[in-house]
Amino acid sequence: MSSIAKTNVINLTEEEFVHPGNRACTGCGLSILYRIGMKALGRDCIFVVPPSCLTVLQGLYPISATQMPVLNCTFASTAAVATGVRAAMKRRGKKTQVVAWAGDGGTADIGIQALSGALERNEDIIYICYDNEAYMNTGVQRSGTTPRRGLTTTTPYSGKKENSKNVPEIVAAHNPAYIATCSASYPLDFHDKLLKAKEISGLKYIHIQTPCPPGWGIEEHKTVAIGRMAVESGLFDLYEIENGKKQLTGQSSKQLKKKSLRPVGDYINLQTRYNAYDEEHVIALQAMIDRKWEKYRKEFSQE
Amino acid sequence: MPDPRFKILTSASTSGPGDAGRTGSWRVERPIIDYSKCTPAKTGRHTCHLCWLYCPDSTVSKDLEPQIDLEYCKGCSICAEECPTGAISMVSEEEFTGGDKDE
Amino acid sequence: MNNSFIESGNVAAALAVKLASAEVIAAYPITPQTPVTEKLSEMITLGEMDAEYIAVESEHSALGVCIGAASAGARSFTATSSNGLLYMSEQLHWAAGARLPMVMCVVNRGVGAPWSVWNDHQDAISQRDAGWIQVFAKDHQEIVDMTIKAFRLAELVHIPVMVNYDGYYLSHTYMPFELPKAEDVKAFLPDYEYKHTLNPERPESLNTVTLPDARVDINGVKRPGYMEVRKNLHDEMRLAMVVWEEIDADYHKSFGRGGNPICDPYCCDDAEFILVAMGSLANQFHDVVDQLREEGYKVGVLALQMYRPFPTSHIAKILQPAKSVLVFEKGLSYGNQGALYADLKSALYPYPARPTLHNFITGLGGREIRTENLYQSVKDTCLNEETLKPEHIDTPQWIGLQL
Repeated sequence: MSSIAKTNVINLTEEEFVHPGNRACTGCGLSILYRIGMKALGRDCIFVVPPSCLTVLQGLYPISATQMPVLNCTFASTAAVATGVRAAMKRRGKKTQVVAWAGDGGTADIGIQALSGALERNEDIIYICYDNEAYMNTGVQRSGTTPRRGLTTTTPYSGKKENSKNVPEIVAAHNPAYIATCSASYPLDFHDKLLKAKEISGLKYIHIQTPCPPGWGIEEHKTVAIGRMAVESGLFDLYEIENGKKQLTGQSSKQLKKKSLRPVGDYINLQTRYNAYDEEHVIALQAMIDRKWEKYRKEFSQE
Repeated sequence: MPDPRFKILTSASTSGPGDAGRTGSWRVERPIIDYSKCTPAKTGRHTCHLCWLYCPDSTVSKDLEPQIDLEYCKGCSICAEECPTGAISMVSEEEFTGGDKDE
Repeated sequence: MNNSFIESGNVAAALAVKLASAEVIAAYPITPQTPVTEKLSEMITLGEMDAEYIAVESEHSALGVCIGAASAGARSFTATSSNGLLYMSEQLHWAAGARLPMVMCVVNRGVGAPWSVWNDHQDAISQRDAGWIQVFAKDHQEIVDMTIKAFRLAELVHIPVMVNYDGYYLSHTYMPFELPKAEDVKAFLPDYEYKHTLNPERPESLNTVTLPDARVDINGVKRPGYMEVRKNLHDEMRLAMVVWEEIDADYHKSFGRGGNPICDPYCCDDAEFILVAMGSLANQFHDVVDQLREEGYKVGVLALQMYRPFPTSHIAKILQPAKSVLVFEKGLSYGNQGALYADLKSALYPYPARPTLHNFITGLGGREIRTENLYQSVKDTCLNEETLKPEHIDTPQWIGLQL
């Protein structure tokens, strides 16, 4: 049974670690998770950031929006550069947290080689993949995590033909110290998982679904709501894997008791990136989710 | 120790607000809080504060009467959407032209 | 303890890295550099060397690890060859633009396609524009001395340094060399310090997007744009030549070796014909020069040790009085000429009275370079008026073709 100390809105620290007036889009999901995540990490950190939306949020030289030191790196090398920073911290006897923040492209596509290497070496870093499900920084091109039939500029009209990569499962095959999935719409769950990750040695991988208004085709004020729908419908699940054992957390864990979840159609129909979805596709997706949750109810019923 | 004859120019940024300038100018609508509906304001106790939690740009304060930093609020309206008591409404910036609003 | 060794060039490099107290080693195998990583691994595992050894999953990541470690305050090192160097190409440009002090040994090998595991200089030459300082060692002693000096140079001028030495000819052959004492090297190399070390107490964001124009920072101070940063790299690369000479003079004082850190002339003072080469090929030419001198030809050979920054005035001073300069190289800029040849020609251009220049391509993909072939091609050029005709000058001649 996990024992994450529960942070709530009231006891969450007021201290801010990222400056306003930065270049993130209006209503950016990354902004929310980044801001709250840093409250868990604290100032004794070094961040490693590849080209991504976060690069832009960071700011353009000579102004940085982040109050911690940030090392920008080339696209494919996030986990490798973080490895190097960690090695230097070890040499200098410092306990400074080394945290890599990469997008889905920088993790699942171009960054996967370095990530796999760092996983295999069990590097003592926190690796956070903020997954907005496409290359958003360059204007919404399909990535390995873009969902099937998702519309992007490189998968127009009928959408992406392929299924998305299940990155947490790929990571899990490496048996790292800790894996967690989170959502920008449940920032406190993310916050507490980071607190937990800080106390663990080895590679901690956190995958966080990040709603993106321009990329997903939603109105800016719906960012948090849409992420909630993804979890409430059971399409995206909040879980942890520790010592090879998986368990649902937060809202996903609460849903185990429910006989039926929110219809995934609520989630799909709100986003123009799913305009290539016909009724039959929604039905098929719903069926897939239903099957998954049948399994969950059996698997996790003893918890 | 670098040689003092060398300037070693490189891109090293220091932190501060407003990298994108006065992002308040991005707004089309601004959030207005009705404190008679806002739970912490009404009860005088620190509770709720979801607007503060969800603001992507940390422009909502955690005061009993939450304040919006109009210099940087981008007008995303997430606060209004998430407020459980409907205390926040979005009002067109045009209503405030000639007041706070910058061009 | 005896400090004289007879070992391979790769082991010489590894021993130098140990003496330099490199703290973070990124290692990836590629022929013919692999024994460097093996020797370092052995020494670290046995406790003879105190460093973090990271067996990375690619060369791109190898330099990524070094970039991370150097940015965070540790002296780092990696080695590679050929396609490994090409694979990390974007990281080379990155490390230079980030002004990171680091050293890398490149064991020169021909690049694919087609696959070759044997020596030539195309790997290093193809990366000459990346902004790294490049030096070429001629023998095992120079591998040791240059590697140690390279750490000091990199850390003083904040520009990464590539120490090149020939695959097989130097990496795998055995030669005698001296190793300086560990405590003396410690005195010669101060502790590592990076100007922008990542530090939560003094947070900075490194190498963010930098605009075309100069822009004001949070305190209202105007900061350089991209072009200023890059110009500064270039200007300070040029200035680094002076520092390399100063370091060499100090090394000479401390260890008794050195004196010609930029280029090393042999019989050039009164030479009418000067041969120019880099790496072990330059040493091979000594026999050619001796033979031709006996026959009455006034020939000399100039070994170029520092290739980038290109020592324009050093070279011009030595070559300008000669009648003919013969440039022998193990690589070229495809579609044009040898890269070294083009650089030399450019260095001599301002002089109204300048030698004729001849370009020879040799030894690609490890093609054997027989001293008698070198001797013959030099002699032919010296004697033959044909070669001085405009249509022959400027066209690379290929030595040692078999078909």
